[in-house]
Amino acid sequence: LVGVLVLAALVLASCGETKPADTGVAGKPIKIGFFAPGSGNFAAPGQDMKDGFNLGLDKYGRTVSGHNIEVIFEDTAGDANTALNKARNLVEVQKVDILVGPLTAAEGYAVRDYLAGQGTPTLFPIVSADDITQRKPTKNIIRTGWTSSQPAHPFAEYAAKTLGYKRMMTFGMDYAFGWEWVGGFTQTARDNGITIVKRVWTPIGTPDFSAYLSQIPSNIDGVFALYAGADAVRFMKQYKEFGYKGRVNLIGGGTLTDQSALRSMGPEALDTIAAYHYSDGLDTPANKQFVTDYLAKYNKIPSYYSENTFTTARWIVQALKAVNGNATDRDKFLKALRGVSFTDAPRGPVKLDKYDNPVQNIYVNQVKMIDGRLRNVPISTYKDVSQFWTYKPETYLQQPVYTRDFPQCC
Amino acid sequence: MKAHRLTRAADLAALAIVAVIALQLPTVLSSFHLGLAMEILIFGLGAMSLDLLASTGLVSLGHAAFFGGAAYTIGILMNTYHLDFPLTAGAAVLAATALGALFGLLAVRTSGVYFLMVTLALAQVVWGLAYRQSSITGGDNGLSGISRPMLGSISLVTQRHYYYFVLGVVAVSALLLYRIVHSPFGLTLKGIRDSESRMKALGYNTWLHKYVVYVLAAAFAGVAGALYAYYNSFINPDTVTLAQSATFVLMVILGGVGTLWGALIGAGIIDLLRNQLGLYTDRWPTVMGAVFVLVVLFARDGLLGSMPRAVAWIGRNARRRT
Repeated sequence: LVGVLVLAALVLASCGETKPADTGVAGKPIKIGFFAPGSGNFAAPGQDMKDGFNLGLDKYGRTVSGHNIEVIFEDTAGDANTALNKARNLVEVQKVDILVGPLTAAEGYAVRDYLAGQGTPTLFPIVSADDITQRKPTKNIIRTGWTSSQPAHPFAEYAAKTLGYKRMMTFGMDYAFGWEWVGGFTQTARDNGITIVKRVWTPIGTPDFSAYLSQIPSNIDGVFALYAGADAVRFMKQYKEFGYKGRVNLIGGGTLTDQSALRSMGPEALDTIAAYHYSDGLDTPANKQFVTDYLAKYNKIPSYYSENTFTTARWIVQALKAVNGNATDRDKFLKALRGVSFTDAPRGPVKLDKYDNPVQNIYVNQVKMIDGRLRNVPISTYKDVSQFWTYKPETYLQQPVYTRDFPQCC
Repeated sequence: MKAHRLTRAADLAALAIVAVIALQLPTVLSSFHLGLAMEILIFGLGAMSLDLLASTGLVSLGHAAFFGGAAYTIGILMNTYHLDFPLTAGAAVLAATALGALFGLLAVRTSGVYFLMVTLALAQVVWGLAYRQSSITGGDNGLSGISRPMLGSISLVTQRHYYYFVLGVVAVSALLLYRIVHSPFGLTLKGIRDSESRMKALGYNTWLHKYVVYVLAAAFAGVAGALYAYYNSFINPDTVTLAQSATFVLMVILGGVGTLWGALIGAGIIDLLRNQLGLYTDRWPTVMGAVFVLVVLFARDGLLGSMPRAVAWIGRNARRRT
């Protein structure tokens, strides 16, 4: 009686596990495990990840040297423990050759130790937690996306030198992602003579920003805000409703105006300046083609989630070609992955630094209305920016990771 | 009396079968599925400890606080203070018990929906601490690098060894819980659930009984949490959320409140659905929802709780047909 059901189900589940392998072309199929949120709070950006990845495989090929590429999608629900279980399943049961995912930093940290122990070649297209490629690197996790503070460093220089700001206030989401963005911005802002007069942290999912917005002092040159998803949409709206728009300059971290949030915004977002490693309005043939293809297939302007996984798909295909589709020799394949670089990704040139994080352009974007859609148009470009900006990696790594208390402020 | 003895015998037989199967699992299952089996046992123990509380009429929406509290204790002690296994595990269970003793003082004063709200609020305090005290808890990023312990000279690092360890601890805990439920103390708890005022009139100190059972439930949840920390090697605030507390409640309801073993079945079903269904359909939350609705509609006392009625129903229909 007791638990027999459960145990039986468990045994059954383990038996019904192995799916028949795709046999279209000769050669052992290459299995990619793709784990990202498909339900829960992060379902929408998770869908962008999946869409971008599929588009990338469609474009760059689902067969390499006679080996079919087979993708197994798993839903992490945006939950760290679930993500870890899904990774275990993909590695131990599905025996995937390559892993791609997840989305949140918490999910990333949850799977990091496990994957480091397993040695499965893994690509992190979205997880941007600084330390994954800084103070806690692994030999088999390669970042094809970005680190949180990477766009923040040049952007603060831009705020000081081009926008001429001297006194600023920062708003940030109160968790590691927000701390790293705002921390990076604060550090370089200081280097460039900007005084941060006030810093505010707001909880994720803040419904009403009035208590925070009313703290904006009168004698500042600009506000820096780091928000993502629904928080970005609400913040932008309330910033206008409080009458700050047009009166106090608003600049932000890239997620503030990324398409993942911008799709839900209205005219209140116009003219906002934000920096990111991707610009959906970038005027290069590669990006225009990508946007056109994405729009045609999904009827959406791609977000950075879409671009990063699109480029990750190409990354994998290129590395597989270099090893003739043999991903089973992990050391060789990891070496091939590290050797990949592009001059014409939609986001621009991309290559890895020796800490496995991309060196890439950072765009200062401004929101414009084009053909009835809000778009990010680059107004300035910082070329080939590394996660360490102009700091020496060795000295940079001596300082602690950015937190809500570091660098200190006000 | 005779019927009672019969069910006792049936229970024992079932227990023996389960024990044999459970001991054989490592030989049949892959390491991942063995991991799932461990997770089911661990969550099952957490749910059983909640069932102890629920069968007293106290439905708590904050049980994850004790489970997660113990797991965090292990993470913090290992990461920051590098303490040894028996010490960390002991401290973890102690921490959960102490937390229960503290929260109990506040929560047990209330009952019904107020108890629900107070336990929810208290658990949110723990979540808030886990989330905000990032210098100790790692905040949202959590604590990683919790390695599996050595038991004397036996390493529990492999799935197989740790599975037997988990199985042993859960079995002993379950037997203890069973003893508690079927002791005079347990009967008093049942009495309190049915009519607290009558138990009071009979001279029982109902507050003390409820307080003790609350602390006991916290302690067992702590044992489960400690096992979980080593199993997962990782802990972050997702383990102490309201959603996790609610999952424990669902496990208990699914299995049947007051059945004890039912909680284990509930844990098994929920964990399997959550981890396996996603392979077959994107709409796995919908399927999970449908399962809950069906259970509430057709097996109101939970799967195990409705078993006697189901057996009776089948018997009746079989007789009608012949």
